Amino acid sequence: MRNNGGAPLQSHGRDTQMAHGKIGSAGQYGTLVLEDGTRFEGKSFGYAQSQAGEVVFSTGMVGYPEAFTDASFAGQILVLTYPLTGNYGVPKESLWEDDRIHIRGLVVSNYVDTPFHAQSTMTLSTWLQQEKVPALEIKDTRQLTQHIRTYGAMLGKIIFEQDIPFHDPNQDNLIAQVSSREVTTSGHGKKTIALIDCGTKRNIVRCLLKRDLQIVSMPWDYDLFATTNDFHFDGIIISNGPGNPKLATSTIQTIRTALDNNVPTLGICMGNQLLTLAAGGTTYKMKFGHRSQNQPCLMHNTQRCYITTQNHGFAVDEIPEGFEPWFINANDGTNEGIKHTSKPFMSVQFHPEAAPGPVDTEWVFDYFLEQCSCNN
Amino acid sequence: MQQLNKVLILGSGALKIGQAGEFDYSGSQALKALKEEGTQTILINPNIATIQTSRLLADRIYFLPVTPYFVEKIIEREQPDGILLSFGGQTALNCGIELYEQGILAKHHVEILGTPISAIILTEDRQKFAEHLHGITIPTPHSQSATSLQQALAIGEKIGFPIMVRAGFALGGQGSGIAHNADELENIVTNALSFAPQVLIEQYLHHYKEVEYEVVRDCYDNCITICNMENMDPLGIHTGESIVVAPSQTLTNEEYHMLRAASIAIVRSLGIVGECNVQFALDPITSAYYVIEVNARLSRSSALASKVTGYPLAYVAAKLALGYGLPELANKVTGVTRACFEPSLDYLVIKMPRWDLAKFRGVDETIGTGMKSVGEVMGIGRTFEEAYQKALRMLEQNFEGATPPDNFFASLEEAEHYLATPTPKRVFAIARALQAGYPLEKIHDITGIDLWFLRRIQNIIDAENTIQTHHTLDTITANELHEIKQLGISDKRIGELTGYNELEVRTQRQQLGVLPSVFQIDTLAAEFPSHTNYLYMTYNGQHNDVQPFANRGVIVLGSGPYRIGSSVEFDWTSVSTVEALKKYQKHSIIINCNPETVSTDYDVSERLYFEELTFERIADIYDFEAPHGLIVSVGGQTPNNQARALRAYGCTLLGTRAQDIDRAENRSTFSRLLDTLSVQQPEWNSFNTLEDLAAFAGKVGYPVLVRPSYVLSGNAMKVCDTLEELVRYTQEAAALSPDHPVTVSKFFEDAREIEFDAVAQSGQVKAHVISEHIENAGVHSGDATIVLPPQSIPTTIQDKVIQIGHRIAAALSITGPFNIQFLLKDSQIYVIETNLRASRTFPFISKVTGINFMELFVDALFEDEIPEVTIPTIPFTPLKAAQFSFARLTNADPTLGVEMASTGEVACFGEDMEEAYLKAMIATGYQVPQKGIFISLRGDDKQAAFEESLPHLQALDLPLYATEDTWHFLRQRGITATLLHHPEEQAEPTVEDSFRNQHIDLAIIIEAGRLHTDFDAYYTMRRLAIDCNIPLITKIKQARLFLKALANKDLATIPIKAWDEYQVVESQTTTPDIERPLVGNRG
Ligand SMILES: Nc1ncnc2c1ncn2[C@@H]1O[C@H](COP(=O)(O)OP(=O)(O)O)[C@@H](O)[C@H]1O
Ligand SMILES: Nc1ncnc2c1ncn2[C@@H]1O[C@H](COP(=O)(O)OP(=O)(O)O)[C@@H](O)[C@H]1O
Ligand SMILES: [Mg+2]
Ligand SMILES: [Mg+2]
Repeated sequence: MRNNGGAPLQSHGRDTQMAHGKIGSAGQYGTLVLEDGTRFEGKSFGYAQSQAGEVVFSTGMVGYPEAFTDASFAGQILVLTYPLTGNYGVPKESLWEDDRIHIRGLVVSNYVDTPFHAQSTMTLSTWLQQEKVPALEIKDTRQLTQHIRTYGAMLGKIIFEQDIPFHDPNQDNLIAQVSSREVTTSGHGKKTIALIDCGTKRNIVRCLLKRDLQIVSMPWDYDLFATTNDFHFDGIIISNGPGNPKLATSTIQTIRTALDNNVPTLGICMGNQLLTLAAGGTTYKMKFGHRSQNQPCLMHNTQRCYITTQNHGFAVDEIPEGFEPWFINANDGTNEGIKHTSKPFMSVQFHPEAAPGPVDTEWVFDYFLEQCSCNN
Repeated sequence: MQQLNKVLILGSGALKIGQAGEFDYSGSQALKALKEEGTQTILINPNIATIQTSRLLADRIYFLPVTPYFVEKIIEREQPDGILLSFGGQTALNCGIELYEQGILAKHHVEILGTPISAIILTEDRQKFAEHLHGITIPTPHSQSATSLQQALAIGEKIGFPIMVRAGFALGGQGSGIAHNADELENIVTNALSFAPQVLIEQYLHHYKEVEYEVVRDCYDNCITICNMENMDPLGIHTGESIVVAPSQTLTNEEYHMLRAASIAIVRSLGIVGECNVQFALDPITSAYYVIEVNARLSRSSALASKVTGYPLAYVAAKLALGYGLPELANKVTGVTRACFEPSLDYLVIKMPRWDLAKFRGVDETIGTGMKSVGEVMGIGRTFEEAYQKALRMLEQNFEGATPPDNFFASLEEAEHYLATPTPKRVFAIARALQAGYPLEKIHDITGIDLWFLRRIQNIIDAENTIQTHHTLDTITANELHEIKQLGISDKRIGELTGYNELEVRTQRQQLGVLPSVFQIDTLAAEFPSHTNYLYMTYNGQHNDVQPFANRGVIVLGSGPYRIGSSVEFDWTSVSTVEALKKYQKHSIIINCNPETVSTDYDVSERLYFEELTFERIADIYDFEAPHGLIVSVGGQTPNNQARALRAYGCTLLGTRAQDIDRAENRSTFSRLLDTLSVQQPEWNSFNTLEDLAAFAGKVGYPVLVRPSYVLSGNAMKVCDTLEELVRYTQEAAALSPDHPVTVSKFFEDAREIEFDAVAQSGQVKAHVISEHIENAGVHSGDATIVLPPQSIPTTIQDKVIQIGHRIAAALSITGPFNIQFLLKDSQIYVIETNLRASRTFPFISKVTGINFMELFVDALFEDEIPEVTIPTIPFTPLKAAQFSFARLTNADPTLGVEMASTGEVACFGEDMEEAYLKAMIATGYQVPQKGIFISLRGDDKQAAFEESLPHLQALDLPLYATEDTWHFLRQRGITATLLHHPEEQAEPTVEDSFRNQHIDLAIIIEAGRLHTDFDAYYTMRRLAIDCNIPLITKIKQARLFLKALANKDLATIPIKAWDEYQVVESQTTTPDIERPLVGNRG
């Protein structure tokens, strides 16, 4: 059945019942309902409890454990375009990007319940059930992806027996929900980096530890410049995070102070948008965002293009005064990072820490750290 | 970016094992990329069956050997500014390296475009390359190179067995192998050193995963990986012999990107500009990895990656070689995005190799670190099971899917054997073992195949069991059936399991509305809209990405996998047909499943279904597209075989009617037809009992030719000289195809063979070409050396041939291409067979005469009546010769017979036959002997036949070697030769010694008649010549012509001319009056 432009799609649901014996794995059925009325029925392989959120798709072909534990996905029902999920099971917790799954729901074409890998500790299904995350196996994830691509990311819900209302996570202060509550210190390097945790991925910390630094990680609304705060820091990194940047007012305030005091600052993903807002630029919500591991980013005014991992639904619009574009998306021309013309302020929309995805832009950390040193 | 006026491109020559059609794809894309720049292109490639050697692609084409000698001559004439070395496989690369090292390129100021030659040379020297990698802290297996046997043995002891031996500067793993002890090591190394300067002795990595990355880098140091691929078979099975899945299935993000980062580091360190392939070994437990090798050029894998992702790798690589940056190039598929990105797939593909080992007497059927496969297919799906079973059906070997045909294995023990010993049968041994309830872990331990893959196959077996035990066709629900189809189980297979025939299942399936979806391959997993023509079908979906073409569409069935007997020539016929369709505003729809082809390229057809050429899938596509019609006669025998079923299903076949095709294919009806036309054919008959067979053979007299009906390329054919042979063979043959009676015909000895190729419209021949075989009948037409126009066939005979051609065309009311094979014996002509389809010789005759026979065919389809075309006179001699790959086929007997054995072909033009033949021989790997010639003639008749060559032999004035009989024969003629001994003679010097010591660079070993005794001393000699890389000739007529050419021609003065410099002359050939009655005493 075809996508008859605009009109809600109706799934035959013919994919959705179970044949005898071992064809397909036994299980319950659930329905993905989009706010425009489109419905997809699917076999459940997660926790059978209704959930509502924003439906987005990601085209990455590898790294589902990293993606699911990335706090930037908070509030979102994730559709994977790669048709097989679960192949290598779930690694031990220390390899995740946070201590829990952040996606609100999962939709795939085919779930593989028989993983084989030396690192696997359990099946994906077991994990999803432990973490109470619903997951559906609908066959035509391509049609669903095309639908979102055409009409934009939209609200949706995975429902089982009981229906629930739609819910727009971008109205919530998601950062407040995923940011850590207290200040923690790691590493013993001579230099210290203040890491503002808006939902930071562990690999940001791993990347910094590799570079022999001390990292002080703090909540999104922590008053870094309070006189009560006694610790010295050489630079600030604003982490990735979920939702609408405009809601993170106190973080924006902290960054403003940092800029006033010429503290070297690096923003990552959400950090890019927060730096922009703090410096007087603007952001906007994209049609369906960038969620993939193959986004080409051109370094402004050069021929150098980097393949990056991305996961964002908001983007930089007007570049703040005194800043210039650092990276531009080679596919759609959107901004992928900004840099101050004279001062050590910079940010990237992509993930230099990767995980999942290509590690080609890890040099961004080194570049930033040089700025920190020459700064004092 | 500097402007280049003229660029030279080296092709890869004839198709051989390890270097096949993929280089027609890469060369063609490079030519297109250069044409866009307005750069003049000169192509050197003697492979006349390729698309790249068509006038529309290159500005100038030389059908000459890709060797330093000829390339330099051409450089002198053409004075190009630049040269591309990485689009013609190992052949072009090695040739380029020599040209560079001899300073020829510098001398003529020819710039090597793309990857610097220093990098190429480095990657080819395995030892130096390992050191380079260690320099950038990238691990390789512990290894050391050796140039002598002693050295090798010493290193072997040091590293410890088992060890891996690899030859430098070789391709397709030639000469490589795994040695478990000193003896095996000695064998492998002596063999390898007989053609490679250096071997690498290396630690053997047991049951590692093998993973490949395809990397692209531009001159701005932008570096991306287009695709990664995982071998289902563990390390130790050559990537070309492995079942390969893309993208990788069992790698974590950490592993995937560790290897990706390593590939990029390597490619940067080498300064690659263009495309590069990196192969890794990955430890499944520890995730430790080693680099296996790097190919700094377009390769089989990169061609595959291009089809896997839809990313035009070769095209982009060519642009980068010209100095473009990746961000400057558009993504041709989406049109809106850039070429600087890494494709994201929302499907997976499975590549499977196609082997033809069964055709070779004595061949070792095990597969390993060297290539033996002759082609490959690629299955696309959204579950592993779907793609996997598609691929198995695509092989065209009558497999219905994952499970082997009944009694494929005589016993479970046999299956067990094939589980432990890797051969083409292994996947079925696995299925059989699973059916028998073997634990996955056990199969994993034996095969080293990752449990994840085994579990998928298990899933198919389980599904089949469920179908068999739970389902009947009239009770099955749409959902059940849909889930079954999502695992790629064919209608036919469902029928087998439920006791119905394919059509009954199909009808039921359609009534239940269970239909496949048409999906696009768009490189970005639907993230951006795209208008790509690249399609596949899947049951893991519920919508179609495209709308049917309906009446504007014409389906052209492609050739399927390359194999012995059906190769790139049928891709040329397909692509030429597609080109011609444009003229009539028809939208071409190609169906093909072979990733090595040009017909499956993104910009060739209006629509490409990368799909099975099975009845089920063709019918699915036909039902969906509802096209104007369907063409079955340009893709070789594979589509031809589908004609009847498709017609019965209601498809409109364009061209000759299905029932007429049938009348020609079916021997009985065809021979009855010939009788009515009073056309002779060798007396024949079909029998079901040995008694009748023997009686018939006795009556017509031995030798007789025995075969099953519906054969392709001499499959299972054999000439029997005695009753004993007949008895032995028919038992085997009958076993080969139970549902076909055994056919036996009178076999003519010392008969000439003639080809008649033509295009007809409504029974009237519109154009025809007659060509002549140099070898006698008995050498398969696919292996024979073919010249046109005929050199030694009297015009009276040619007229008769033409008349018969006209009669058959009329009788079968042919519209389209067809081919008739004739025998000429005692000035009587006999028809052997007629193919109502384009034949192997169509590219050759089209390019020689300048008349595109496929275009003519399409005209015949769409125009009321096309004029008869008079073939121009050809004032030069074009000659087509076969390429053999015996060196790869361990233990195979390198002789020629009624079974086709060649893997490719070349064609060269000359003033006369000697010149053309000399060029063609060099183009197929022979050389002008410099050191010495070995001669062994069996039987007085052969010695007599050789008399005329003795003066030529003397003229060459080279040391001669011979075994006893021949030595005496030569001495009687006053020719001195060194006497060599067979092992059993216990005397020095032995044949083996002088072969191994490379005293000999031409071996002429002629059999008496056909081989009666298998695997005798003469077999050993033939095989030894091949294994020592000594050019071997086994047919007297070839020997005579070659020696004559060597004596009369001097390479230094041989004319170097481009195709366009061989001009045909328009002529008034009088077609003979067809009414003239034909005298013919029936056989
Ligand atoms: N050290 C090794 N241990 C085990 N298998 C190996 C080793 N090195 C190579 N192989 C196997 O041999 C095959 C051919 O080796 P490769 O260097 O790729 O030769 P080629 O140049 O012909 O591709 C590889 O595909 C791999 O399967
Ligand atoms: N009756 C015969 N006498 C001598 N040679 C024959 C005869 N029939 C076939 N051959 C030889 O065998 C080859 C293959 O036979 P053919 O019927 O053409 O099989 P295929 O269908 O594989 O082309 C021919 O090219 C010819 O050289
Ligand atoms: Mg290799
Ligand atoms: Mg034939």
